[in-house]
Amino acid sequence: MTWRCGIAVFPGTWSERDCAHWVELAGGEPVMLWHAERELKGADLVILPGGFAHGDYLRTGAIARFAPLMAAVREHALAGGPVLGICNGFQILCEAQLLPGALLRNSCLQFRCQTTHLRVEATRGPFLSGLESGRILTMPISHGEGRYYAPPEQLLELEAHGQVALRYCGPSGELGDEYNPNGSLQHIAGVMNREGNVLGMMPHPERACEPLLGSEDGLHLLRAALALVGAS
Amino acid sequence: MTLKPVVNDPQGLAVTQGLHALGYPEVLGTRVGKHIQLTLTAKDRQGAESRVEEMCRRLLCNGVIEDFHFQVAEAGG
Repeated sequence: MTWRCGIAVFPGTWSERDCAHWVELAGGEPVMLWHAERELKGADLVILPGGFAHGDYLRTGAIARFAPLMAAVREHALAGGPVLGICNGFQILCEAQLLPGALLRNSCLQFRCQTTHLRVEATRGPFLSGLESGRILTMPISHGEGRYYAPPEQLLELEAHGQVALRYCGPSGELGDEYNPNGSLQHIAGVMNREGNVLGMMPHPERACEPLLGSEDGLHLLRAALALVGAS
Repeated sequence: MTLKPVVNDPQGLAVTQGLHALGYPEVLGTRVGKHIQLTLTAKDRQGAESRVEEMCRRLLCNGVIEDFHFQVAEAGG
């Protein structure tokens, strides 16, 4: 059986085809979900890809969260279904309050498009449970507003509950401002909800899925999730 | 709408540097915000205020990172 991966498409989404290619390479079946639709067409997991949904008007993700599709995504997420938000998808999940915190303008004020190293911090939930803690992944980022922020007390809670999923790091896993491309607090590149089934990340795993792209590390996330979906 | 005081505002820092370069060393800090103008109907000022406050909380402002202030004025005409 092939697992169905729903890929949300908003006006201004730009990474849905890359995501579909990535899903196919991982052995899943991609299903495009237009933002005006009200159901997930039998998707086992949902991906919110990168882009500029609704032109980033007002704030990134602020308008997309009202899409009819998002009500179905919320229901899926609250029922424990796997949801992955990448880049703009991460911003949308924060605005929809399915993930804590917010993403602000990069501290350098520049759009950053570069390869980053990521340290796996949490190894639970559908996307990271197949990886070992401390593993270094290589994936590109491509964003202007990726500076993760959460109020100090919430940040402590995230750390205490193991919700920090990924951190920007050096090639050997070392942390430092020189490896933090956007000024994110605690070098955070990805967070998950308390239950672990919803993951948001600024780096693009779908752009690290074959040797030609310089890294295949993005496949690990999806293969882990598809194995879990298959087992349940 | 402005970023909360605890949230770093790199745009504000860049503007401060620009003002210093233009010869305004007295500028100690800058916070860059957003201005939104709404035109709406309401029975009275109090009604307008409570609706606008709700709009700010539910959509116009992200309470995690931003603070808001608003003023209600009667449209001319």
